[in-house]
Amino acid sequence: MIAHAIFFYIFSIIAVVSAVMVTVSKNTVHSVFFLILDFISISCLFIMIGAEFLGMIMLIVYVGAVAVLFLFVVMMLNVAQQKNQWFVSKENSNHIPIGLLISVIIFFELIIVIGGWKYKPDLFDQGNLSIVNDVSNTHSLGMVLYTDYIYIFQISGMILLIAMIGAIVLTFRQREGVKKQSYLKQISRERAEGVEVVEVASNRGVKIDD
Amino acid sequence: MEYLDLIFQETYKILFLLVPVLVSVAMIVWLDRRVWAFVQKRQGPNVVGPFGLLQSLADALKYIFKEIIIPASSNKIIFILAPIITMTLALIAWAVIPFGVDQVLADINVGILYIFAVSSLGVYGIIMGGWASNSKYPFLGSIRSAAQMVSYEVSIGIIIINVLLCVGSLNLSDIVIAQKDMWFVIPLFPMFVIFFISALAETNRPPFDLPEAEAELVAGYQTEYSGMMYAMFWLGEYANILLMCALGSILFLGGWLSPIELYPFNLIPGALWLIFKILFLFILFALVKAIVPRYRYDQLMRLGWKIFLPLSLTYVVLTASYLFYFNLLPTN
Repeated sequence: MIAHAIFFYIFSIIAVVSAVMVTVSKNTVHSVFFLILDFISISCLFIMIGAEFLGMIMLIVYVGAVAVLFLFVVMMLNVAQQKNQWFVSKENSNHIPIGLLISVIIFFELIIVIGGWKYKPDLFDQGNLSIVNDVSNTHSLGMVLYTDYIYIFQISGMILLIAMIGAIVLTFRQREGVKKQSYLKQISRERAEGVEVVEVASNRGVKIDD
Repeated sequence: MEYLDLIFQETYKILFLLVPVLVSVAMIVWLDRRVWAFVQKRQGPNVVGPFGLLQSLADALKYIFKEIIIPASSNKIIFILAPIITMTLALIAWAVIPFGVDQVLADINVGILYIFAVSSLGVYGIIMGGWASNSKYPFLGSIRSAAQMVSYEVSIGIIIINVLLCVGSLNLSDIVIAQKDMWFVIPLFPMFVIFFISALAETNRPPFDLPEAEAELVAGYQTEYSGMMYAMFWLGEYANILLMCALGSILFLGGWLSPIELYPFNLIPGALWLIFKILFLFILFALVKAIVPRYRYDQLMRLGWKIFLPLSLTYVVLTASYLFYFNLLPTN
């Protein structure tokens, strides 16, 4: 049990410190790296409470895909300078109150949820969450997800699909004068149409029409 | 004291796994170069040791004694972290690879997800190396590889779903045992081909070695690295290739199972069968490197998103409906 506690404190300290570093560090790329560290330590915490499926999915989805795109955008856009401005100079500082407001709201929401769970356990209906110990947690998750919560599951899938299509529609634009490659044309090119042997008369040259 | 005993035991087990992996990485580099040379009617490395077997050790020695140059304008911490991350990630994934019944370091329930997660983290070593170098070629190389590895991971994930539908468990040992009657390469042969090609792209092997395309990008993300740090990238890359071969042989070629359950084949221990299968896949990797020209970047993206993804998704639907219709879905 002691080792368990030690690992819990190590991971949670890393999670909290890196979460703070995300907002504090001056370089935006460093912020993203700290965010990734945060994700990893939180998935370690998930694994420690026995939710190994959630932990692994967290790693695959957030660290393996979402954070890569984050990093991609941050590196390409060069937002490092902008961020410096917000903190160092007084101008543009109206971002900070809004951020503070949102974080205070989230904080109180968390307090309500955790406090309710702590002091009024029957507030949350745990009747249909039967935990069976001899089934691995992937199985038990699947059993609940595809039976009791199938509509919610499908609706969330639909929302993701709509978000994906929406993102494509919003960013897709037809540009003029784009040179496109036709793979079929390229592959089916033969020697006869690619190369032409021309008899060149000496001292006169040859004229080739393009 | 109990904890200390446990720690010593585990360390012993880990070393027993990692040292052979590292040695075989060195050997596999030699094999790669030899196969490559034979396809091109050359001899390849054949001077150091018998058949040139010790060539990789000589190379490693050379790298150890070379100076490590850290560019002045680079982001030093991340620059040093990148090769370490690449190599660590390539090695920790071996923890869940089963070499036989109960011959596995960590027999976790979600083994396949663990491997998938670790291999999807592998992209960070490359991105960090490319970005921290603060130079154009490494940056372009790392951007390319980020897009490439993320896109081919999707198709690998869906191929893994195909296999999981037939198994009904995420545990790697269960996946191997489910192939007792028939290796999955037979019913899922198209998926095996797509998995092989995606594994080439995932490990940045030719014909998909765009992150380090030497004709365009000098050496891609490795351009600024030298000495031992370069060697660590290199070791990590080959350990990853071996891991992908191991994953392919576990998912499709029956892992430690012998091809025929008959007398002479039974005697060979399961771990050796797994090693034979890994070697077979690796020789295929090396042959592809020797005979296929490099893909263009847009072709690479097209292959990943427009061909492999729809194909493997269709195959998921086919497999699921076949299993459902004939009532073959695994129940446990």
